[in-house]
Order: sequence, then C-alpha cells, then structure tokens
Amino acid sequence: MLREPRESHEKRPAQKVSLFVTCLIDTLFPQAGQAVVDVLEHLGVQVSVPKGQTCCGQPAFNAGYWEQARIMARNTIDVFDGSADPIVIASGSCAAMLKHQYPALFQDDAGYGPRARALATRVCEFTEYLVDRLEVTDLGCAYRQSVVYHPSCHTLRGMGIDRQPRALLAAVRGLEIIPQEAPQTCCGFGGVFSIKMPEISGEMLANRIAAFEATGADLVVGCDISCLMHIEGGLRKKGSRMRTMHIAQLLAKGLQ
Amino acid sequence: MDTHEASLRERVTTALANKRQLVNIQVATDRFFSGRLNALETLPHADAMRDLARAIRAHTISRLDEYLLQFEQAFTALGGVVHWARDAEEARQIVLRIAQDAGVSRIAKSKSMVTEEIALNAALEASGLQVVETDLGEYIAQLSGDRPSHLLAPVLHLSRQDVGRIFAEKLHVPYTDDISELTAIARRNLREVFLAANMGITGCNFAVAETGTICLVTNEGNGRMVTSLPRVHVVIMGMERIVPTVKDLGVMLQLLPRSGTGQKMCSYTSLVTGPRRRGDPYAPQEMHVVIVDNGRSKALAGDLAEILYCIRCSACLNACPVYRTIGGHAYGGVYSGPVGSVISPVLGGLAAFPDLPHASTLCGACKDACPVHIDLPTLLLRLRRDTVQEGLSPAWTAAGMKGYAWVTRRYGRYRLLTALAGAVSRLARGRWLTWLPGPLGGWTRYRAFPPFAPETFQKRNRGGRHE
Repeated sequence: MLREPRESHEKRPAQKVSLFVTCLIDTLFPQAGQAVVDVLEHLGVQVSVPKGQTCCGQPAFNAGYWEQARIMARNTIDVFDGSADPIVIASGSCAAMLKHQYPALFQDDAGYGPRARALATRVCEFTEYLVDRLEVTDLGCAYRQSVVYHPSCHTLRGMGIDRQPRALLAAVRGLEIIPQEAPQTCCGFGGVFSIKMPEISGEMLANRIAAFEATGADLVVGCDISCLMHIEGGLRKKGSRMRTMHIAQLLAKGLQ
Repeated sequence: MDTHEASLRERVTTALANKRQLVNIQVATDRFFSGRLNALETLPHADAMRDLARAIRAHTISRLDEYLLQFEQAFTALGGVVHWARDAEEARQIVLRIAQDAGVSRIAKSKSMVTEEIALNAALEASGLQVVETDLGEYIAQLSGDRPSHLLAPVLHLSRQDVGRIFAEKLHVPYTDDISELTAIARRNLREVFLAANMGITGCNFAVAETGTICLVTNEGNGRMVTSLPRVHVVIMGMERIVPTVKDLGVMLQLLPRSGTGQKMCSYTSLVTGPRRRGDPYAPQEMHVVIVDNGRSKALAGDLAEILYCIRCSACLNACPVYRTIGGHAYGGVYSGPVGSVISPVLGGLAAFPDLPHASTLCGACKDACPVHIDLPTLLLRLRRDTVQEGLSPAWTAAGMKGYAWVTRRYGRYRLLTALAGAVSRLARGRWLTWLPGPLGGWTRYRAFPPFAPETFQKRNRGGRHE
C-alpha cells in the first residue's frame, strides 16, 4: 500500500518516546545520547529519560550469568514500567537484549514475565524508529565526509535492521558511502569475548580494520556504540587516522 | 572424544602463529562460503526448502525412537544386522567383534566423522587390523598423523605443497605439488587398498527409516568402492542421522551439497539398501549398521536437542569469523566451528570443553548459514549458562559479573561509581587508555579504552526537561 507523502515533520501529531540510554552511552559516550535526543526533538518527538537506568544486563547474560542478568533486567523493567511509549534504544545489541532475551529470561516468572513481554513490544532501535515509525529518511542533513557503514551483528541479525540506517545515510547530502569488503563480518567484539579470548578478538578486529582502511573513508559509522568503541579502540591503538561515529551523531551534525 | 591438554587459548596462540596455514583456511572457507550462496541461488524456493528441511529434522528428532525402530525393522528385513552402541567404547567393541567373527584383516574406510568421534581407527589398529582411510583428505591426514580440521575437507589447512611433502616422505615418491599427479599417486595406492580389503567401514549421511536405506554422498567415488568391493560392510551411524522417508531424503539432498561444498549435487550419491541379493554382481555378503548414542539421547532430553538437527554440512564453519580466524584444530575436539562448540560439550561433557561455548562473538553468521536454521547462538548461550551453573567459569569472570550486578542493581550505586570513574578519567585528561591491569589487559593489548565521561548522560539531563 502506498502512503500519502508527508508534507513536513512539524505537522505530525506529537510523538512521545522513552529513551533507554544504555550504560556505554551514558558513561562513555554521552555525546551520542545527546545526538539521539537532538535528532528526535528536531523531528518534533518528545523525549523522556526515565530515572534510574543502569545496564540492560547483556554482558552478564552473554557470559552465562543469567541470575545476575536478571538483576539488571528487573531494574530496567521497573524503570520503564507504567508507560506505553516506544522505548528508543540507540544500540542494536541492547535493543535485541530487551526485545528477545528479557522474555526468555523471565519466561517462568509470574511477576516479571508479563512485564518483560510488554516491554519487549515497545522496543525500537533508533534508526528503526525514524524510518519505520516516523517514516522519515531524509532529515535534510548535509555532511561532507566519506564513510563506511558497519552493520553490527546484533543490529543486522538480532534486530533485522539494515535498510533503515542505509536509507538515512543515503539521504545525507555530501556524504559519500564507500562499501567495504565482506560488510556483514563481525568486528570481533562479542562483549566479554573480547577480554576472554583477546587473541581471536584482536585478530578479527585487525581483519575488519584492514577492510575499513582499504576504503580510504574518514569514518566508520554504525548503530551500535559497543562495536564502534571496539573498532575505534583498535584504530587508536594502531595509530590510524580513521575514527568512528554513531549514526545519531552524524545526523545531528548534519542538521547543524 | 579427543581433548587436548593445552587450553583453548594456547591452541589459539599456536594456530595464529601459523600464518601460512591461516591463509589456506581463509582461501578454502571463502570458496565454500561463496559457493554456497551461488548454489542456493540455483534452487527455486531455497528459503521454503530450508524451512521444510528444518520441519523434517524437528519432527524426526521429536520421534527419534519410533523412526530408529522402524529403520531397524526395515534394515533387518533386508538381511542386515543392527547394533546399538551406548557409548564410544561399546561401538568400538561391536566393530571389533564383527571384524573377528568375519575373520577380516584389511579394512578400507570412507570418510566418517562419527568414527573420529569414537576413535575407531586406533582401536582397530591396536587389535592388529590394517585400516586405511580412502577419502583423499582423510588419507593425507592418516599418512601424516594429522587430525581433520573441517567436517568436509579434513585437511583444508594444508596446501598442495604440504601434501606433496607428505606424499614424498610417507609414500617414497618423488616430490610434486601438481594436483593431478598427487591425485594419481593416491589413486594408484588406494586402488590396491580397495581390491585387497575384506571389510569396508563407512559413515552415514542419512538413514531412511521406511526403506532401511543408507545414503552416502562423496565426491571421489571411494564410498562406492568401500560399500561394494569388500565382503563385509559396516556402517557407523550417529543416532540422529535418520530421515523418515525417501521423499524427505530428497529434500535433504537438495540442501546438503549446496550448503557444504556449494555443489548442486555431489559427484556420487549412493543409496545402499541392504547386503547382497541374488543376482547382485558386487555387494557385500554381510552388512551391519552400528547406531551410536554416545551422549545423543542425553542431549535429546535437555534444551540443547536442536543441535541434533545438524546434517553436518559445514556451512556454519565456513561462515564463522572465529573458525576462519583460527581454523579447526584450535577447537580441540573432533568437531569444530560453531556446531563443534555445541556438539563437543554436549557429547563429551562440558567439563572437558568449558571454553568452547565462549569461543564465539554470537554474531549469528552460523545461524544465517545453517540450512536447517539451528539457532546456534542461543545454544551457545545456554551452554554458557550451564558452565556457570556447573562452576566451570573462571573465578575472575564470576567476581567481575557479581560485582557488576551489585553496582547496576540500583541507580544509586551505579551513579556513585560512574561519577568516580569520571573523576579518575578527568585526572587522565580524557585520554583513551592503552594499558589496563589484570584480565582487562586482554582489551588493551589490541585496543585502547575510552575515557569515562566527566558527567554521565543521565546526570547531565538530571532535573531537565528529559526526565
């Protein structure tokens, strides 16, 4: 079905969302969180940041510490309860955690089970929210850079999100998007894996960085801050001039 | 199962040091990976076919007992003998007894991972029997005392120059790295083996319950020699290798070669339905099937049963960025790659392979590639949960995760600690750290770590319009 084209962002009825900041953005990359808010507010979305957020529990869950993961998940569920607004998450792997793993973690929990399932239906990854919910791809951004888009595994396979960020980037004026070799290859982060199996992780990262650098782009752009942290950590360690940027930051800069 | 003394990390270090071998692995897995994608494109309704294959596997595994008995009945009616082996030791004893009863001395084998799993060759040789692998890759591995590093291509880690050196040393032929010459040398030697063998041992790609048929796919024709020339044929079969009907087999045969080697069809697809019948010119007089449990029925009962859907195509190995980085030997078990990281602990016990479920970034490339959609990342996560529950996780991760959960349980503690981290980072003037102590040093060996923000996002927005 074809939809009527939207005339402008301002005419849409006010949308409200709750932002799940994620612990990495909160503590290491608050500027990415600010960019998410800026982009959403530019589109007329009312953003609330419910109090008391910590970590979604993914590191513990992936390491096999499900009891500990439940502790963090309960806090997150408590924080976001009592609203039906979409929960926007600017990190594919955390979004996948809330959407897919919370219901599994509380499958047999009469108290938290239904709440986890209700929470899961509200989860929306940042670019998914823009493109699929707001139906916006062209934000009117302009940004003169050459970039390579890294589709993080949990964004790509866990959330099934790929066309949304690509559409947003394609609409940015002046932005050159250069394809890399074997784009769907993991950067080697894998959470605790990166510390537990540093040799494998480091080798995978080196391979990925070689593919990024071969493009000659200025920036690696992605939707998952954890992978970007990993990639930029590798780039800085080897003294590369290439940097990473969260897609929200790129869009926010493009709006200025 | 075969485990090694060295830890996973030591094996990985060894693997990563062998750059030449890593190139061989990359080249071969690249070829298989793109071959699979191209081959699936030639299959109309490939996705629907995969869904159907999964449904067949799920159905079969959920009623495995019935189908195994149906197979036994059909195969027995054909004049074959079915043997049930609880574990590897029982399976080895059964094969030895068959060999002794039939009075055989020379055994020709075709490729079979389950015989690797039960360490059959060593047991047969220890009893004075001569065993020769006739799959070219396995033959090379046997000559050089190597172990298979891949489900389908056992010596994928070797180059043709490596093979040339092995042949020169072990077969006393002049060195050559010409592939057709190498193949001719193997062919000459193996021809003698086929003609002299009085017992053939094969694995089993699929066993058809309704007809008692054993299906074998090979690319060298050696499987056909092994199943027709010797007077005794013994099939070693993992308990889960059943398909209910010939029609179901047809579905699997559309997917197995495409997913594995990227072929539409293997060069030889053999359907062996019982021993020699009147009028058959070449067929074994005796045929046995040894159905091996070896931990499979235990897996059937738990929440890892999905791994029994596996049809051993190796697509997950070829797609896995970890396998492609370290190769098969580093996994330490008979089975490698994502499926190996699940099946090795499932069959051999988690205590023997506590690290394997952690040797994955959970990127999901394996799940994407699996022709029967096995959710390998979820199975790996469940095994990680089991490692923690069984106390097999290292002390530092336990302490780290418990501490982390204590901090993140409530915002108060989290706020305090992140403020402290922010203050410390300010002392370091916001630079990315290139050194961290203890296990965290694993990070900074390959990556810098970002500074904590002087003010967290939540603190910055405290009391503002965003709450």
